[in-house]
Amino acid sequence: MIELRNVSKTYLNGTKGLNNINLTIPAGEFVAIVGLSGAGKSTLLRSINRLHDISEGDILINGQSITKAKGSQLRMIRRNIGMIFQSFNLVKRTTVLRNVLAGRVGYHSTIRTIIGKFPQKDIDLAFESLDRVNIAEKAYTRADQLSGGQQQRVAIARVLAQEAQIILADEPVASLDPLTTKQVMDDLKKINMELGITTIVNLHFIDLAREYATRIIGLRAGEVVFDGPVSEATDEKFAEIYGRPIHQDELLGEPVSGGM
Amino acid sequence: MSVNAEKLHPKPPRKIKHYFTAIILVVLLWRSAVLTDSSIGELISGLPNMLDLLKEMFPPNWGYFDNIIDAMLETIRMALVGTTFGAILAVPIALLCASNITQSRWLHYPVRMLLNLIRTIPDLLLASIFVAIFGLGALPGIFALTVFSLGLIAKLTYESLETIEQGPLEAMTSVGANKTQRIMFGVIPQVQAHFMSYVLYAFEINVRAAAVLGLVGAGGIGHYYEVTLGFLEYDKTCTIILFTLAVVLIIDYVSTKLREKLI
Repeated sequence: MIELRNVSKTYLNGTKGLNNINLTIPAGEFVAIVGLSGAGKSTLLRSINRLHDISEGDILINGQSITKAKGSQLRMIRRNIGMIFQSFNLVKRTTVLRNVLAGRVGYHSTIRTIIGKFPQKDIDLAFESLDRVNIAEKAYTRADQLSGGQQQRVAIARVLAQEAQIILADEPVASLDPLTTKQVMDDLKKINMELGITTIVNLHFIDLAREYATRIIGLRAGEVVFDGPVSEATDEKFAEIYGRPIHQDELLGEPVSGGM
Repeated sequence: MSVNAEKLHPKPPRKIKHYFTAIILVVLLWRSAVLTDSSIGELISGLPNMLDLLKEMFPPNWGYFDNIIDAMLETIRMALVGTTFGAILAVPIALLCASNITQSRWLHYPVRMLLNLIRTIPDLLLASIFVAIFGLGALPGIFALTVFSLGLIAKLTYESLETIEQGPLEAMTSVGANKTQRIMFGVIPQVQAHFMSYVLYAFEINVRAAAVLGLVGAGGIGHYYEVTLGFLEYDKTCTIILFTLAVVLIIDYVSTKLREKLI
């Protein structure tokens, strides 16, 4: 369970990134955060695992405050929160397997990771994770040899190997084409359903949010302006979130709605 | 029409700055030549002397080859050991210098200053200092090359460190990695190949540098230059020069090929 209590973030130049946000996200939910660019989606997501610090309020992960956590305590909380990025953030010069194993370092001592020798249990887990996203055959390929969609699946495998209970995905499909977008979103949905991992995804495409999420949170200028189940997120509601009618390019279109 | 065109297009910038730069350069060159007593006339009048020297150098004394092979091997060994020590020491220094890894200004600025200071000392001077401390032999030469490679490798490595992608580092933070783990998994794989290439490059330079360190008594083949030149045995000097040239060319070639494969 993730709880945000009166969370605000003010940047050094005085702009408000987040304004008094209160949210409770129970375990196992699939949440899509939508809003215009600059609405604070990414800031909100990065506050949850404290890649960004907040200025006011408190964020609790399973009852533990990440805002107040320090040192190893903070790293322990982060270990439970996997993150997927728009630009994949793999180390391109290393193999897929090693990128996935990187998800395990939080479980090992510094000395062990310097030597770089992972226990067989970890390697099995890495392969299992790669299997789950159907990319195990690429285990010994260098990450920069893969297509964008494949790289994003490796990033998902890294989160799975991390055995995280929460997945934060920051625009995970923004740099992918429609077909790979569907594969990656299907993978995320499958993981959410089968493993019960709480999933929070920042999305630009409205139809994707409607199709995959169980709950939609609309952000506008750092404030929550909509929070409800997909059934309530009508076109009119989206127009409210965006402050204007929906544009055609905010819909992904054919492949997704046709596929499911 | 023409009035319009004048309004639309900005005037080309004035060239006076370029002319001024050219004048300063010419004056600098001319004054440097005058004050160091170098003249083309002297170069031409000295040509016969040079030809005499060349005549004495050829044919090279091939028999001398056996005497210097040990010294040549020592030169290469000095370069190898010096480069390795320097490379090992360069790793922590480079990490401390890179502003994206060592965030504290109070740390990376002083270390960078120290590094720049090291780099201003020429290798021959370093060797002379170490000879004064440790006495004649290969050891002071190795120390000189260590310090020299440290400066070179650390400088090049920290510059590549500052251009790495931040994304993988962010991912490692989100995974719950500590500082050392972030460096091991997010930084090292990104600069490893570059680092190896810089080590090879330093080795190339060190072989050449080691060949003259003997002039100040720091071991290697340089000592034989001094001896043969002192006894006016130019045919032997020629053998040394040709041998050194061959070794340096081979090492440069191999190292360049390896570096192409790395990056």
